[in-house]
Formats: sequence, C-alpha cells, structure tokens
Amino acid sequence: MLRLSRTHHLAIVAHALDGVPEEVCGLLAAPAGSDGGDIAAVYPCRNIRASAKVYEPHPLDVAAADDDAGARGLTLTGVYHSHTHTDAWPSPTDVAEAGWPDWHFVIVSLRHPEPVLRSFRIVAGEVTEEPVEVEDH
Amino acid sequence: MPLEVHLPTVLRQHAGGQATIQASGSTVAEVFEDVIRQFPLLAGQLITEDGKLHKFVNVYRNDEDIRFLDHLQTKVSDDDVISVLPAVAGG
Repeated sequence: MLRLSRTHHLAIVAHALDGVPEEVCGLLAAPAGSDGGDIAAVYPCRNIRASAKVYEPHPLDVAAADDDAGARGLTLTGVYHSHTHTDAWPSPTDVAEAGWPDWHFVIVSLRHPEPVLRSFRIVAGEVTEEPVEVEDH
Repeated sequence: MPLEVHLPTVLRQHAGGQATIQASGSTVAEVFEDVIRQFPLLAGQLITEDGKLHKFVNVYRNDEDIRFLDHLQTKVSDDDVISVLPAVAGG
C-alpha cells in the first residue's frame, strides 16, 4: 500500500505533465523504520538522461534528497517516473534496473488524456501492483 | 587515521542507524571491507559476491563518481569523504 497526500499526488502528476515530452523522475521518502509506504516527502529530480524513454535522477538531486530525508528522520523508500506514451506498468528496463526490494516504484502514465498514477513492488524481477491511497490533506 | 563514509538513508538500518561511519583503508575496496567488518549487515549491499561494486549503489570520492576513477581500486586518503547513494534508473 502506498499512501500519498493529495498535495504529493498532485505534485508528482504536475511534474510529469511539466516534463513532457521527456520522462521525469523523483524520489519518495517515508519515516525511518516504517513499511515505507506512508510517503512524507516527494523530491522531484532532474532526469540526467533527458529522454522520452529512460530516466536516471541527477546524482546531486539524489544526494540533496537523501540529506533532507535523513535530517527529517525519513528514509528514501521509492522512486517515481513518468511514461509519456505507454501505460503505467513497469517496462522491461524498469524491472531490470529495480534494485531495492523494499522500495515503491510509482509510475505516472500520460498515455491517455487523464494521467494515471500506479505503484508497484518489484522484487527479483517480479512485479506486483499495490493499492495507492490518496489522503485528502 | 580513519576516513568518513557517508551512508544513504536506505542503508542506515544496517549500520545501527548511523549516517556517517569511520573506516580505514587505502582504496575504496579496503574501506568497504572495514565497513563490512564493523557492520556485517552491509555485506551484499555494497559489494557483490564476486567482489564488484553493487550495481544499485553509486559511490563518490568527495564529489567524483568512482566509476570514472578506478572503481573499487580508487585510492583514498584520510581527508577524503566516501559517499554512497542509491543508484536509480529505468525506462
């Protein structure tokens, strides 16, 4: 289960829309020691690949996000990125590159007029979708 | 003299919650051996079973990515800071 505030949900979707035609990416953080799904901070990052097909967050943005998360008692527990032309489902590249079994992998699809945000666990190449709860605060 | 190794939030649970640990060595590989000696739970998170840098972390000597230096054989001195960050990518 991924729990996002409405503000964070909108921030992720807005970042995805703003990045068109390229993919955007960012990091998610939750309280240290939790299951990692209660997202307390969202960190938009620059996509150093500057591509419509692949993403990799800028290392300085990863460092800044991790520093901020650590200072707030949070742990990085996930990553989001956009799919500009395909559905919100992990691509073969997403599955191959998914390295952290405890992380939440959020994908925003812009394939259809309405953006679609979904979340996945990816463990040893196996994709499992998880529910996303958007909390109204 | 030990140098500082900065761990990312995602690995701190394996190091007693510490963000920065002290470790010794003349290369990144030696420093990581010392880190793993102190915190065995970090074994397998930094180095693979065949002795390579785990593909899901990026490691920096000060601000330089060791992939563009000498990888795990990158030389370090006491006033260097080694930073580990999660490597994230996809398509």
